[in-house]
Amino acid sequence: MKTTDIVASAVKSTFRSKLRTSLTVIAIVIGAFTITITNGLGTGINAYINDTVAAIGADNVLTVTKTPDTSNETDEGVRLYDPESSRVVNNNTPPGPGAAETVEAITDADIELLRELDTVESAERQVQVSPDFIQLGDGERFEFTISNFVPGATLQLAAGEQLDNDSDDLQLIIPLDYATALGCDEPADCVGLVATLAVTDATDVQHLVEADVIGVSEESLGATNAGSANTALTNALFDQQSIGLSETARTSYASAVVTFASDASDESVTTLRDELTDLGYDSQTVSEQIGTFRSVIDGIILVLNSFAAIALVAAGFGIVNTLLMSVQERTREIGLMKAVGLSGRKIFALFSTEAVFIGFLGSAIGSILGIVIGSATSGVLSAGILGDLAGLTLIAFTPASVAGVIVLIMAIAFVAGTLPALRAARKNPIVALRYE
Amino acid sequence: MSATAISVKNLTKTYGEGSGRFAALRGVSVKAELGESLAIVGKSGSGKSTLMHVMALLDEPSGGKVTVMGQRATGLRSAELNALRNETFGFVFQQFFLIPGASVLENVMLPLTIAGVSGRERRRRAMETLEQLEIADKASNRATDLSGGQKQRVAIARALVNGPSVIFADEPTGNLDSATGEVVEDILFTLNREKAITLVIVTHDQTLAARCDRRVYLKDGLVVTPKELTS
Repeated sequence: MKTTDIVASAVKSTFRSKLRTSLTVIAIVIGAFTITITNGLGTGINAYINDTVAAIGADNVLTVTKTPDTSNETDEGVRLYDPESSRVVNNNTPPGPGAAETVEAITDADIELLRELDTVESAERQVQVSPDFIQLGDGERFEFTISNFVPGATLQLAAGEQLDNDSDDLQLIIPLDYATALGCDEPADCVGLVATLAVTDATDVQHLVEADVIGVSEESLGATNAGSANTALTNALFDQQSIGLSETARTSYASAVVTFASDASDESVTTLRDELTDLGYDSQTVSEQIGTFRSVIDGIILVLNSFAAIALVAAGFGIVNTLLMSVQERTREIGLMKAVGLSGRKIFALFSTEAVFIGFLGSAIGSILGIVIGSATSGVLSAGILGDLAGLTLIAFTPASVAGVIVLIMAIAFVAGTLPALRAARKNPIVALRYE
Repeated sequence: MSATAISVKNLTKTYGEGSGRFAALRGVSVKAELGESLAIVGKSGSGKSTLMHVMALLDEPSGGKVTVMGQRATGLRSAELNALRNETFGFVFQQFFLIPGASVLENVMLPLTIAGVSGRERRRRAMETLEQLEIADKASNRATDLSGGQKQRVAIARALVNGPSVIFADEPTGNLDSATGEVVEDILFTLNREKAITLVIVTHDQTLAARCDRRVYLKDGLVVTPKELTS
């Protein structure tokens, strides 16, 4: 019997008992639908993260912190006070309880040291500036935040251009909401205006700094409702805000940002990071920082997928049951085919193919349903409650992942089909023909 | 080439073990010559069906030797047995054993499909056989929608389609009324005469047996004379 005949025959017998097949297929559809949607969620969210990675930082940048000195740690993991070491709060950690940690500070001396390393193109302190307000001309004053901006990062802009960290001009990019609040009808209207930022120093004196608005950013995961400043502006604001602080406090930073050549090989990056470790620094790439974020999402998707997998296991038993009944019903037919010379192997293939076809039917219908309903839901959400996150397709589908789901379910169906198919293959033709 | 289609020598066949042991055949030797019609006659439980199954290579004997078309058949691998059955034998059963959901044409094509004959060729040969048996007009009907006589005709077409040397018929008229049964018998004997197809008919029907060239009587797993059969 030819393979094409086996497939054709299996497909035909699938439709012989329509009600029974439909019920089994429905069970698979439910599993396939769920797994398609959860996979779609993973694809959509991760694609969005990838798109916004550029807003969080460039890939030729390392965030460098001092490796904590654990020599003075007690058995409980609590460090003894050492008046010689200076510490700062590191805000540059993923959000969550207990996330803020006190780290050994990076000082100007450390920055000098980092700049001398071979592969390092530039090393900059990373400082946190906290403006009091932003104002355009003599308009309304608004509270304002400036995010830690990694050199080389690209923002998703609604208007204007990216920051230039080499420029001596004080450059500012404001979020879309601020553009509207500050009185610009169109985002582009704000570009080229001069904004006034206020910072308060340690002696409670407020200083005003004027900056050029060179762009308006879209809201995204990378840059939430915070503005971004170039190095010149950040330094200007930091200098004002640090007036009255002790020398030590002024020159203590949570982290430094090290830039290396964008065409650097993976090996040279590894060498650089090893070098940093030897010197007593911890380094983190942007993808590692985002990796934490992505692994949380992957974890959630995995849990959701395992629920779908449970549904599929149940559907697998449905296939076993359906085919066992089919084998029972067709006992005499199997006997006849064997008498006429069909081998046990081909009979096995016949019933396995039937199982795989049921799996294919269920998974194809489930995937199509999942794609249609998922896309519709995603569209509604993007227009509605998720409308603020420009560029987010909550549930997205790639041909590879959809095909992967279908192949996986067909594999499960094949495994489920082996028991009935073996039973059919092993039937003795004479006994089968006598079966009433 | 031997003129014997199938010969079996000293066949024994036992089922079960120990006290439940049952001997269906206890040393049977039978020959079916090429082109003859042979009736295997006996009551139920005489071992006649078992004998046919062994001759048709559907069952393995416990002892003895089976030769098919001059070729020793005992000890063949299952793939060789399958091919031999597919190419050499045709089967007609009392209960027809047509595949219920499939069309008449598909039922007739089955042995060719199993043999791996291509779609167009097997359609042509099946239609040819159906025309020969004068039921070509039912080709696209479902097998279940036919009358008993028509079903048995389809079964004969299926047995005939691969051009077999031997057709085994197990109580071919058992499920038919006498008029229809006679038509089916006529078809079988016509094939036997005109195509020189060896017929092996298992039956307890004396009139059907009487139409055959030769009869073998079986009782309690042994070949007996007609007299012994009735005693």
